[in-house]
Amino acid sequence: MLGYIWLFFIVTAVIVGGINGRIDQVGQAAIDYSKLAVEISISLIGIMSLWLGLMKLAEASGLILLVSKLIKPLTKRIFPEVPPEHPAMGSIAMNISANALGVTNAATPIGIKAMKELQLLNENKNTATNAMCAFLAINSAGLQLVPASIIGVLIGAGAKNPTVIILPTILASGIALIVGIIAVKVLEKLPVFRMENFSEKGEEPCL
Amino acid sequence: MPLEKFAEIIKNISVWILPLLIVLIPLCALFKRIALYDTFIKGAREGVGVGLRIIPYLVAILVAVGMFRASGAMELLANFLAPVLNIIGMPADILPLAIIKPLSGSGALGITTEIANQYGGDSYMARLAAVMTGSSETTLYVIAVYFGSVGITNVRHALAAGLIADFAAIFASLFISRIVF
Repeated sequence: MLGYIWLFFIVTAVIVGGINGRIDQVGQAAIDYSKLAVEISISLIGIMSLWLGLMKLAEASGLILLVSKLIKPLTKRIFPEVPPEHPAMGSIAMNISANALGVTNAATPIGIKAMKELQLLNENKNTATNAMCAFLAINSAGLQLVPASIIGVLIGAGAKNPTVIILPTILASGIALIVGIIAVKVLEKLPVFRMENFSEKGEEPCL
Repeated sequence: MPLEKFAEIIKNISVWILPLLIVLIPLCALFKRIALYDTFIKGAREGVGVGLRIIPYLVAILVAVGMFRASGAMELLANFLAPVLNIIGMPADILPLAIIKPLSGSGALGITTEIANQYGGDSYMARLAAVMTGSSETTLYVIAVYFGSVGITNVRHALAAGLIADFAAIFASLFISRIVF
């Protein structure tokens, strides 16, 4: 699916860019954004190393297991395929907390740690499991208690009362979170998305 | 102002939580008599691999999104969708934001800044844009980084579910903003 959407973006960009007389910008964008992708990845290495190091310590000292146990009642419903005291659950809980508190620097590396742990339970290494998709949907809603950067934008535009957006944002984000989880649970049962469809064929030719 | 106090408290927690975790996790490990330096290095080493591994995934996603934005296809799509979305009460200036949000986080923040500067920081449009931008993450970026870090190319229903959550966030923002502001 990702392959088709990717192709759609590129084909549309070239056709529309050609008609609009912006084909030179489209070509330039391809070069600029490939550079940007590398810059982002490289700049993540430092913070990623710091948090993966700390998370290894947290795991070895049993902290992550402790967190997994605390949130067990919730996670066994959202992630029924994952053993309730698996370290992945602790990492997922810490990722969501870090996102909620707006510590995005820590949230991404911890989320990646969670993905690595979920991948250990995965039998088909290039295909996402139900648990991974549920985790992605939760992250895609990105529940954050105080959207600091956006409040900063409003203040920059002269807002006297920028904090009024906090509760509406939490509410909208909470709705997105619930809809995302329901969507994951419904979609994973659809024949097109079923895990077995992918495991035998191996790699999808279009992806 | 209870809301400002809430924001202040969360901000204080956010500022403290990073240094506190950085010191408390090793202290816990010390208490459990774990080889501190060794264990940290073992974990940190994985960071290098992850950073390198996500490069091709991010290149694929960002180049496609970048080309799409540069071509002016977004404006075309906005013009095309405007009459339909007017019916459900989406202002025309907000539409580009709704389109770009699942694709590019910096793009969404940029459009929000433009809207806020144009209409004023306390205007309805600025607040609606702010709620919309804050209510969900950049789905494509999250997919590229998280799935890229473990080498998954077949994302199954993750993209569809993420986009459905994005739509929910957009409509919820519209609906809630209209009631509250």
